Amino acid sequence: MNIIDKLMHKSRCKSPWLFHLNTGSCNGCDIELITCLSPRYDVEQLGIHLEGSPRHADIICITGPVTRNTLEAVKAVYAQVCEPKAVVALGSCPASCNVFAGSPVIEGPLSKHIPVDVYVPGCPPHPDAIIEGIARAAKILADRGVAGKKKEAEEK
Amino acid sequence: MNVSGLIHLLLFPGLLFAVPAGWFYVWGEHKAVALMQRRIGPPLLQPLYDFVKLLGKRTPSRHGIDADLLRLWPALSVLSMLGALALLPVFPGRGGFSGDAVLLVALLEMPSICFILAGFTTGSMYGEIGAIREAVLSVANNLVFLLSIVTIAVTEDTFRLSDVAGLSHNPGHWIGVFGILLCIPAKLRLNPFSTPSAEQEIYSGPLTEYAGAPLGLWKMAHGLEWVALTGFVSTLVIPAGGPWWLHAIAFVVLSFAQVLLLSMISAATARYTLQSAIRFYFRWAAILAVLVAASAVYMRFRG
Repeated sequence: MNIIDKLMHKSRCKSPWLFHLNTGSCNGCDIELITCLSPRYDVEQLGIHLEGSPRHADIICITGPVTRNTLEAVKAVYAQVCEPKAVVALGSCPASCNVFAGSPVIEGPLSKHIPVDVYVPGCPPHPDAIIEGIARAAKILADRGVAGKKKEAEEK
Repeated sequence: MNVSGLIHLLLFPGLLFAVPAGWFYVWGEHKAVALMQRRIGPPLLQPLYDFVKLLGKRTPSRHGIDADLLRLWPALSVLSMLGALALLPVFPGRGGFSGDAVLLVALLEMPSICFILAGFTTGSMYGEIGAIREAVLSVANNLVFLLSIVTIAVTEDTFRLSDVAGLSHNPGHWIGVFGILLCIPAKLRLNPFSTPSAEQEIYSGPLTEYAGAPLGLWKMAHGLEWVALTGFVSTLVIPAGGPWWLHAIAFVVLSFAQVLLLSMISAATARYTLQSAIRFYFRWAAILAVLVAASAVYMRFRG
C-alpha cells in the first residue's frame, strides 16, 4: 500500500457513518444502538456517526427479522449506500428470525437478501458488543476499499 | 502582480491556512458540544478522516439528477469562501486585495445561495423543504447582517475593509459587531437556527442526496465558512498597529474563541421553528439594527 492508500484505509477505519434500518424489530436492539450514542458509551470518540440519509453512510445497521413489508426497503437502502460499504446485523432476529421464525409474514433471515458482514448476537445485544461489531465492520469496509481499488486497476 | 494579494489568497488567511483551520474549528465545534454533554468527543484529526473517507467513496451517477450541477454548488461555495478569506484585512495597511465590504458580503452569501440551489437540484423532497427554509432564514438574517455592516460603514465613514478593520471607540462599531455575531449561527446553520438542515426532521435538508466527494466539499465549505465569518468579526475588533505575527495570533485566538462560544450556545439551545427564527430576527434584532443604523446616519450628517 502506498501512503495515500494507507491514509484512505485509516480514514475508513476511523470514520464509519451508520445508517440504522429497522426491519420489524421489537425496538430492543434499536434502543441498545441509540444507547451507544449516549455520553456513557460516546461512540463519537471512534468517529462513529448516525446519519439520516443512506447516501452518507458507510455501514448499515439492521435490526429485526425482515418482514414482508420492509423487504423492498432493505434492498433499496442497500443499493443507496455507496461503495465501499458493510452490513451489521444487530441481534438475533436478522440472523435467525428468532422467535418469529416460521411466520408467514417474515422474509428473513437477512442473509437471504443482502450480504451480511458482521453478526452481533443477543436479544438484545449489549452496547459494548454493538460497538465492537461496528469497529469490526469498519475494518472489513476499509480492507474492501483497498481490494476494490486493486480489482479496478487489474480490470483497466 | 499583487504578491501580497496572492499570499492572502494562497497562504494566510487563504487556502493553506484556512483548510486545516476549518477542520480544526469543526473539531472545536464537536469537541465543545461533547464536553458540554460530559463526553470525550472526536479525536483532533476526525474532520480530516471524514473528508478523506468521503473522497474515497464511489458515487454512481443517478437518473434524473445532473451530476455536474450537483458538484458545482459545493465547489462554488468553497471558492467563494476562499475569495472572502483573501479579502479579509487581517494585516490592515500591509497590502492584500483592496476590496470593500459589499464584495465581502456577496461572497459570504454564496454558500447560502448554493445550498438553496443544491436543494432544488437534487429533486428530493427533504432537499426542497430545506432549501425553502434556508431561503426564508437567509432573508431574515441578512436584514440584520446588512444593517450591521451599514452601521459600521457609516460610523467609520467608509466601506473599504482595510479602513473598517481595527478597534474603534465608536459605539456604532461595537453594536455592528454584535449584530454580525448574532447572524453567524443562522449563516452556519447552528442551533437554534439549524432549521434548514434539521437532522431529526428533514434528514440533512439539501445535502440528503449528496454522497462522496461532493459531500466532502460541502463539509469543507462549512469549515471555511467558520473561518471566514469568525475571521471577519476578529478583524473588526483586533486593534490596528503592532507586528504582523501578533495580528495573525490574535486572529486565530479570537476566531477560535468565537467557535467555542457559538458551539456552546448551539449545545445549550433547542432548534427554533422557522417562524420563531424569523420572528427573532425581524422583531428584536432588526428593530435594534434599524435604530442603530438610523442613529449612526443622523450622527454622521449632523456634524
